Amino acid sequence: MRATSPLRCSTEDPALASPAIAFSHVSKRYPEGFEALRDASFVVDAGDFACVTGHSGAGKTTALKLVPVVERPTAGSVVVNGQNVGALRRGAIPFLRRNLGLVFQDQKLLHDRSVIENVMLPLVVCGSAPADAARRARAALDKVGLAGREKSLPIALSGGEQQRLCIARAVANRPSIVLADEPTSNLDPDAAAEVMAIFKAFHQVGVTVVVATHDAALVERFATRVIHLSHGRVTDAPQEAAGA
Amino acid sequence: MRAWLRHHAHSLGATVRRLARTPFAFALNALVIGVTLALPLGAWVLVVNMERLAGHLGADPQLSVFLATDAARADGARVEAALKSAQGVRSYRFVPKDEALAEMKRAQGLAELAGSLGSNPLPDAFIVALVPGDAPAAERLAAELRALPKVAHVQLDAAWIKRLEAMLRLGGVAAGLLAGLLALGLVAVTFNTVRLQILTQRDEIEVSKLIGATDAYVRRPFFYQGTLIGLVGGLAALALVAGSVGVLNGEVGRLAATYGSDFRLQLPGLGDLAAVLTFSSVLGWCGAWLSVSRHLSVIEPD
Repeated sequence: MRATSPLRCSTEDPALASPAIAFSHVSKRYPEGFEALRDASFVVDAGDFACVTGHSGAGKTTALKLVPVVERPTAGSVVVNGQNVGALRRGAIPFLRRNLGLVFQDQKLLHDRSVIENVMLPLVVCGSAPADAARRARAALDKVGLAGREKSLPIALSGGEQQRLCIARAVANRPSIVLADEPTSNLDPDAAAEVMAIFKAFHQVGVTVVVATHDAALVERFATRVIHLSHGRVTDAPQEAAGA
Repeated sequence: MRAWLRHHAHSLGATVRRLARTPFAFALNALVIGVTLALPLGAWVLVVNMERLAGHLGADPQLSVFLATDAARADGARVEAALKSAQGVRSYRFVPKDEALAEMKRAQGLAELAGSLGSNPLPDAFIVALVPGDAPAAERLAAELRALPKVAHVQLDAAWIKRLEAMLRLGGVAAGLLAGLLALGLVAVTFNTVRLQILTQRDEIEVSKLIGATDAYVRRPFFYQGTLIGLVGGLAALALVAGSVGVLNGEVGRLAATYGSDFRLQLPGLGDLAAVLTFSSVLGWCGAWLSVSRHLSVIEPD
């Protein structure tokens, strides 16, 4: 397994570093009683390509949901770019999310909008002028290899292309952190490698990338940091995770 | 500020495009609201026109003092002196018998009758305009004038005017109540329309919130939708009432002609029409606000 040397898990105090993301003794229990995260602590430094690994139900998705405050921690703190997001008031959450690029397993594309309209959405939300939003959306589509497909509907794209469209939407606003939840789980190996290569390209220009995945090969090939979760806890066994 | 204006322009444009994609449903909604608003609006137009008609007839309480046909100038001066010193008299006018006959010849429906008279049977008279709202003072003055010599008859004309005014006030209040009730109906229609639209756009709302849309940004198109539905519904109501007035005016004109009048029903002025459109738009906005407050907050990304 490559690039696991920068791995830092619960053994370090996140408060001592200036990470992009820092989980400190985070627990998350859902209302129905399921405890998805238990006293989890880890950091992701700015510029990392971090992979969150673990079996199904290990807490990967919950960990990623805590960063944009889709969920709030039951205990502990989640700090993003120096801001304790668990304590954010509701009105401040959208402004946090504008600095995050989110890529979902189910893509969450708007199928009644064209490809370029999907990518323009975060730009319009931030108040960009239509012409500027269109220009930046085209640039984002070009980066993910979807130039020329601007007017297509998402339904006309393949699974890999839809995922790349989702990435284009996530990076259109030039976020400092991109979070991706199982972005390759529904893709064949070639398409999955293409998607991860796109993430890698963004990582190389300084974007912090956090990908939740259980694909050991992809973790080994791309990650500069691995955070392994097992039953909601951060463990020091990334190799096992990669092999799971 | 520019971004805020851009958001509004984007929201309004998106709302108009969305409504234009379903023109039949939008037209039906507007028609329902139009018919709902047309009822109180039509009643209000009728009341306003009746008030106008009552104004033509002279809505202030009035006292008519008829002198005896053999009354001398001094008798008239005595009555005039009593009017000058009386309280509650706003103005008075002496109408000599010749002028009264001439007026009768000009009056609606009486011209033929006046023309058929051999000699002038009318007496000299005083037409007295009274200060409204003091019926006891009017009664006292009438009694005082009746006691004067050569005063043949004193007629207090306020009673039927009061009844008419009371009926018009009743009509106005009834139209207001109807408007209030049907305004609730308009709010309910808009509430439900916006609720359905929110459910239709659930995915879009979730995605928008995930990528950083504020609550205000998400709510704005629905406010525009409610306001536009109210506005177009108000326009439909005005069109329905204007059409109805046009149809009724044919018969009103024929009826008025039998009284020698050119009375026609009139629509309210531009200011009042603008107020109706503002009212319907605000009601649409209120319906949208209620719907958004109730339904949008429960849609959160998962």
